[in-house]
Amino acid sequence: MTQLYDCRDAFNEKLLELAAKDSRIVTVVNDSVGSSKLNQFRKEFSTRLINVGIAEQNMVGVGAGLANGGLIPFVCGASPFLTGRALEQIKADVAYSNTNVKLCGMSSGMAYGELGPTHHSIEDMAWLRAIANLTIIVPADPNETAQAVSAAASINGPMFLRISRLGVPQVHPADYKFEIGKAALLREGRDVTLIANGVLVSKALEAAELLAARGIQARVLNMATVKPLDKEAILKAAAETGGIVTVEEHTIFGGLGSAVAEVVVTNQPVPMRILGVPGVFAPTGSAEWLLEYFGLTAQGIFDAALELTGARV
Amino acid sequence: MKIDSNRQEKIAALSRLATKVRRRDMQMIYKAKLGHIGGDFSATDILVTLYSEVLKIDPKAPNAPDRDRFILSKGHCAGALYTTLAFAGFFPEAELDTFVEPLSNLNGHPNRNKVAGVETNTGPLGHGLPVAVGTSIAANLTGLGYRVFVITGDGELQEGSNWEAAMAAAHFKLDNLTVIVDRNRLQQGDGTEQTNQLDPLDDKWRAFGWSVREVDGHDYNNLLDTFAQVPFEPGKPSCIIANTHKGQGVSFMKDNVAWHHKVPNDAEYAAALKELDALDGVAAPKPANEEVEVKVGV
Ligand SMILES: Cc1ncc(C[n+]2csc(CCOP(=O)(O)OP(=O)(O)O)c2C)c(N)n1
Repeated sequence: MTQLYDCRDAFNEKLLELAAKDSRIVTVVNDSVGSSKLNQFRKEFSTRLINVGIAEQNMVGVGAGLANGGLIPFVCGASPFLTGRALEQIKADVAYSNTNVKLCGMSSGMAYGELGPTHHSIEDMAWLRAIANLTIIVPADPNETAQAVSAAASINGPMFLRISRLGVPQVHPADYKFEIGKAALLREGRDVTLIANGVLVSKALEAAELLAARGIQARVLNMATVKPLDKEAILKAAAETGGIVTVEEHTIFGGLGSAVAEVVVTNQPVPMRILGVPGVFAPTGSAEWLLEYFGLTAQGIFDAALELTGARV
Repeated sequence: MKIDSNRQEKIAALSRLATKVRRRDMQMIYKAKLGHIGGDFSATDILVTLYSEVLKIDPKAPNAPDRDRFILSKGHCAGALYTTLAFAGFFPEAELDTFVEPLSNLNGHPNRNKVAGVETNTGPLGHGLPVAVGTSIAANLTGLGYRVFVITGDGELQEGSNWEAAMAAAHFKLDNLTVIVDRNRLQQGDGTEQTNQLDPLDDKWRAFGWSVREVDGHDYNNLLDTFAQVPFEPGKPSCIIANTHKGQGVSFMKDNVAWHHKVPNDAEYAAALKELDALDGVAAPKPANEEVEVKVGV
């Protein structure tokens, strides 16, 4: 069986490595040391982990203040609370003020399964995409997660990293070079393009296999950077493959699919299918069960791509 | 203090019910491999006291306009609430077996649209008290005169929304509102005083315009007396700081932060059942022989 990884591990390994070399790197948490897997960070850099308690608005404000003081804060909390609760702090104190804060939304998407819609973070891309001056990165595997952390530390400016806890395989080769704002071409194809990010990239790759068995060559793009978006790769895909299926562990309103559609309709209209959570609060169920329930599976992507390509001929 | 025989019977009944609730809750969590046992057990005695002796509610009419309202602001302790509601007659006990299963009404956090007796959806901390303030104002505006009770966690009080609501409650003179702070001194990853200090907590509430009493949150006599006296002062909201122990009822869970969302393995389950059974001598089902894998924690 393919080995699966929890991206929080790669996140932390890289953060520890960078923090050892750069004393400006600090973490800010909301009673979330364990859930952000920051136990080792606390051990090694106890004074550089600031736990403000269960207080997300304060956490983001404190992060902005630390950045104003010349530090590089990685503000880590469960994504629904970090983004939902502190949205105005993110807008005013981080994005608008242009502070060097790295917002790290842990356990994003529906990873909290049975804990329900309050704990699902399927609105975060939409909320944050609407805010100016905020880079949004949704890594797909440990390799990309580690490189995203390095990029966040080295580039000055507001950034959101969406870090999942669901097991994912490595989808990139070891020599993959992550670049902010650049989609990764994971599979070439001319019949249709599958665009995914985060935990669903591996499902898109599996769907491409299923499609190939039916004689359909699907291009697969990992759109890890949701903002700024790689317009060039999207327009090229639209022009060369004539149809796009997007898939995200997020509501279909305002996330990756919407971002891609905005580019497509204004420049190179082609048929699209947008897969995600269809604007409902999820019923009770585990993360895996919910992904199945909403068709966010290789089969679901395959079906949508087949329907879309079939509709074209 | 002398306790009359009527009171003694009440206390014995509450104690039996609380043990029943803890045992059923633990069975549910053990089966689901998910839950918040520590915080469930610290709030159990308060919950059963409220539902048995304090709240004016009728499980047959869970939406009666003039019912007292109860809000569990620390929504992660849904297990204790569901079990209490089931034993109070709001829904069949058998439904507890569906806890967090696909499509179950019993989500990891309570949903008022799915479960009779749940007044508002909680889960993100710091939401119960603001909603309770609105509900208390509504009780006054509609003239229905019901009372509103809220249990908050103590770690939860680090959320600023609570203090915005606390200020409003005093401003609007909401003496129909009572908050019970489950003061178990632990939060998710550490002690409250080690994380972001709350003490002196009573002075904080007083400074915000509340009338404050402290109780032993596991002493039914103390709880009954205190609930009988709300509002403590006319024209002021009441705050009960209930000193409790996380994991109360099971020695190895008690005051141990690890049991915030730890799920008992077979041996722990058997040992905990034995301790709970000893509290009332009732035999319980044996643990299933299966591997335990602890699910998500926030
Ligand atoms: C807004 C928000 N932030 C973080 C969490 C994650 N969380 C769930 S329970 C908990 C600790 C709660 O501690 P406390 O209020 O003392 O409850 P108790 O110890 O009684 O379980 C945390 C941090 C949450 N549910 N909501």
